[in-house]
Amino acid sequence: MERFTTLTATACPLGLANVDTDQLIPARFMKRSRAEGYGGFLLHDLRFEPDGAARAGFRLDDPRYAASRILVARRTFGTGSSREAAVYALWDYGIRCVIAPSFGDIFASNAVKNGLLPALVSDADCERLLAELARAPQPQLTVDLEALTITGAGLSLPFSLDPVRRLQLLNGWDDLDLTRRHSAEIAGFRAARPDWTWPTTPSARA
Amino acid sequence: MSTPRTLFDKLWDSHVIALREDGEALLWVDRHFVHEGSHHAFRQLDAKAMTVAEPALTFGIADHYVPTRGRPHIADPEVAGMVGRLSDNAARHGFRLFGLDDPAQGIVHVVGPEQGLTLPGLLIVCGDSHTSTHGAFGAYAFGIGASEVAHVLMTQTIWQRKPRRMRITVNGSLGPHVSAKDLALHVIAAIGTNGAQGHALEYAGPAITALSMEGRLTLCNMSIEAGARCAMVGPDETTFAWVRGKPFAPAGAALDDAIAAWRGLATDAGAVFDREVSIDGAAVAPTVTWGVSPEDALPISARAPFAQSDDPARASYIAGALDYMGLEGGMALSEIRVDRVFIGSCTNARLEDLRAAAAVLRGRKAVVPGLISPGSSLVKRAAEAEGLDRIFTEAGLSWAESGCSMCVGMNGDLVASGERCASTTNRNFRGRQGLGARTHLMSPAMVAAAAVTGRLTDVRTLPALAS
Ligand code: SF4
Repeated sequence: MERFTTLTATACPLGLANVDTDQLIPARFMKRSRAEGYGGFLLHDLRFEPDGAARAGFRLDDPRYAASRILVARRTFGTGSSREAAVYALWDYGIRCVIAPSFGDIFASNAVKNGLLPALVSDADCERLLAELARAPQPQLTVDLEALTITGAGLSLPFSLDPVRRLQLLNGWDDLDLTRRHSAEIAGFRAARPDWTWPTTPSARA
Repeated sequence: MSTPRTLFDKLWDSHVIALREDGEALLWVDRHFVHEGSHHAFRQLDAKAMTVAEPALTFGIADHYVPTRGRPHIADPEVAGMVGRLSDNAARHGFRLFGLDDPAQGIVHVVGPEQGLTLPGLLIVCGDSHTSTHGAFGAYAFGIGASEVAHVLMTQTIWQRKPRRMRITVNGSLGPHVSAKDLALHVIAAIGTNGAQGHALEYAGPAITALSMEGRLTLCNMSIEAGARCAMVGPDETTFAWVRGKPFAPAGAALDDAIAAWRGLATDAGAVFDREVSIDGAAVAPTVTWGVSPEDALPISARAPFAQSDDPARASYIAGALDYMGLEGGMALSEIRVDRVFIGSCTNARLEDLRAAAAVLRGRKAVVPGLISPGSSLVKRAAEAEGLDRIFTEAGLSWAESGCSMCVGMNGDLVASGERCASTTNRNFRGRQGLGARTHLMSPAMVAAAAVTGRLTDVRTLPALAS
């Protein structure tokens, strides 16, 4: 997994609230293999008209924000379906950090496991970021995970992230590496599981 | 004396393998369900050249992408490939598959309970957010992402941080024709889509104890829409009666041992919750959604809100939702005309749900088209044995095979753009049932009532409803 320490990049003031994972990537694209890249499906139905033409005025496709690697959104970003493809779509598009006042639980966990930072800010700070990014000549932010700060567009703000997730991102730790250190305990725990917790085999019961 | 513990504390404590200083715990997984959409996880497994650690605790089910008509043929080559890959993985790693041709195939959250794979006291995960459903048995059940699915496949364990505990007590009793679905929508509207975030949710109180297993499953299923990652109901005689005789459940002396253990799972008197909410069951009316989030729910007697609020973000949210849904602020919900109906999904397609819909449709005609997809192939056969399928088809609705169907818009069953659907599913997100689809969530009886009148209708106002 890729490490995240600090990132300086263009930031798009998306500004939408309740961007659920069905919006981040509509289900119909999830049959595709990741090898093709999911970036083109990011927020697809908000970005494109049904005939495939780009929808006028959609922030992400505004040339000012073309090279965005940071997204700023409003409350409850990434709620809904557990589809990790929502993170793949953001990642493949080039997004490495989403800033919002709240995130769906499973989304935030999926994000960190893929090296994407879900940075939590207050509602008031989120509104200031959105306003300043919309008018800044250079809509650029620096997100520092070590210091837990967001700077740029004339602002300097704190953000938060669960301390465990922060460590994982900073070090690029993979869960599997951590789990392997506990193999003996896992084997012991397994042996002590009560019989009734194991499924019976229907054929053996008649 | 030991400190009183909640049901959730007991489930948590009995699964902790190791606790890290930072508070993350490594937990043992008793059941892991995978579906054809889990292909990303199996690819991660292959990339690491790993095998499935516990095939006996892993169960595969084809449900999300499968067609509900013309089976076993799968016309879409991409879907055929996904289902084929799941079969290959099941064969290669040696886990039990409920494939398209299996008589017990169905939606994962219906099949688990039906097969006795879902039991009280277990930790259950699946790469699907509605895994919270299984908590109805007093299990710790939650949805996970693809990377976590891969981790569980490789190790049969998962890292978690202990959530806070929340209890919703529902006092009194639900009125006639008011179902668990109405209660679920009522709760989400009351606490919001963020209301239970970061909490393990326990439902308690007389109105909950009175619910059937089906009703408890519906309630726990919808809890994810209130932000809770898991929800649960303490196991009791209703739970034990359900489990008895199910194919994979313990039997004989093993069942006696299990029930003795399960009785100990109840929340102790005096146990402390981080948050408590109480709800009056008698105040719950048949409830429908008007907007694009499950919290946009109101009693059927209400009117759609105006796009006005002291909070400009809220006002613009309402305006956007009304616009997407093609509604005017202030219009009576009972004036909203629907184009089609859908009864299905892991929320509301068990036998009890189909009976509730059939009770409304018996001897009546639907004035709009509609689709009914049973929660599992076993539910389908049980419904046919009771003649429910004929009530539906005689009313003019289509009776299909089991799968996620029109819940998710990726298996061929779609609501057309701009069409309005009365649906027993769990998400009314923009485009969830298809690009531009407009979804109103409600109970099976309320969907049946909408089918009969062609508009959102209080099922209690239909004449001569057999109760
Ligand atoms: S029926 Fe819908 S909510 Fe349930 S598992 Fe399938 S897609 Fe998910």
